[in-house]
Amino acid sequence: MSELSPLFEVFLRGRRGLDHIHVGSLHAHDAGQALEYARDTYIRRSEGVSIWVVESKDIHASQESDVASFYDPMDDKAYRHATHYTLPDGVDNM
Amino acid sequence: MAEANDLVQAFDNKIHAEEKIEPKDWMPAGYRKNLIRQMSQHAHSEVIGMQPEGNWLTRAPTLERKSVLLAKIQDEAGHGLYLYSATETLGITREEIVQALHDGHAKYASIFNYPSLTWADIGTIGWIVDGAAIVNQVALQRTSYGPYARAMVRICKEESFHQRQGYESVAVLARGSAQQKAMAQDALNRWWWPALMMFGPHDADSAHSAQSMLWKIKRKSNDELRQSFVDQTVPQAEIIGLEIPDPDLKWNEQRQHYDFGEIDWDEFKQVINGNGLCNRERLAQHKQAHANGAWVRAAVAAYVKGKTGESGE
Repeated sequence: MSELSPLFEVFLRGRRGLDHIHVGSLHAHDAGQALEYARDTYIRRSEGVSIWVVESKDIHASQESDVASFYDPMDDKAYRHATHYTLPDGVDNM
Repeated sequence: MAEANDLVQAFDNKIHAEEKIEPKDWMPAGYRKNLIRQMSQHAHSEVIGMQPEGNWLTRAPTLERKSVLLAKIQDEAGHGLYLYSATETLGITREEIVQALHDGHAKYASIFNYPSLTWADIGTIGWIVDGAAIVNQVALQRTSYGPYARAMVRICKEESFHQRQGYESVAVLARGSAQQKAMAQDALNRWWWPALMMFGPHDADSAHSAQSMLWKIKRKSNDELRQSFVDQTVPQAEIIGLEIPDPDLKWNEQRQHYDFGEIDWDEFKQVINGNGLCNRERLAQHKQAHANGAWVRAAVAAYVKGKTGESGE
């Protein structure tokens, strides 16, 4: 009968200083309610100290099928990695 | 009043407990101002630092070296963007940050006001200048402001490549012909002292240091960081047969550190105050690049306007 409430994506910060990480999604009528639901759903055991919720429709995502052209991993460019350069004996931690 | 004191107390408690301060937390105005100054200066340094390197891009001796240099410069632009975005979390806009650079209110690392005269300078910048930056940035991974600390973690992951490619490039010259070795030594002679200046004035003379240490924005003092840099770099020079241009440099058995000579602080002040060899050129080039990009920003705005117009919004 009633329309389903909007979907929200939930991000948690495990500890102050860390990035917020996506943990899942839930339905809620507004952002305030989404925060409360997220608290009840995702941090029942001290999993986080901060929650972000954002409506799923506001997330713009890349397509995995574009992987080759969109996120070129540049595997042919080994010189982008520090380990590509050999260091003389006696030099460490560079 | 009691409420304001509570806020200060809560902030101080977080700092004391090694907790990070996050953008939505209350923070003293001075903490915010100090961070904007330091972080925007750091961002500008990444961006201006592309100029002395870009100077050699079309003259790199091989395609391999050119590819490496291009990748490094691309990283520097990325580091600038990480840091500008982190600075924006403090409630200042990108336009204001860039304007402060153009007006001369915001500084950038003084070392980029020295010219890159020969190809050996490029390797030396990676080895010595990035090496000094890494010493500073490793400590800043523990800075008290969350977005700054997280940006530093990302940046440090990429810096190792910068330093190693530079050191390897200098090592190749140092074991090359007599002329190549002389070129590497000359580059080290010119970049060594400016690199030591990157850590700023002595602790006793540093305007912002004491408060920044209390707020844990800075985690190690200028002199401590400078000493770590000297201690790690001297053996690296010895191994590739180059000499650090400092007659007072010697190992101090008692301190278990190298002693080293005094920096020319007059030169330091001259360059900071705009009278280095390249200050005017660096700033002029940045302003020019920014102005040259105006049509791109206008085109993007027009495109977005056209698109939203079509959808009837």
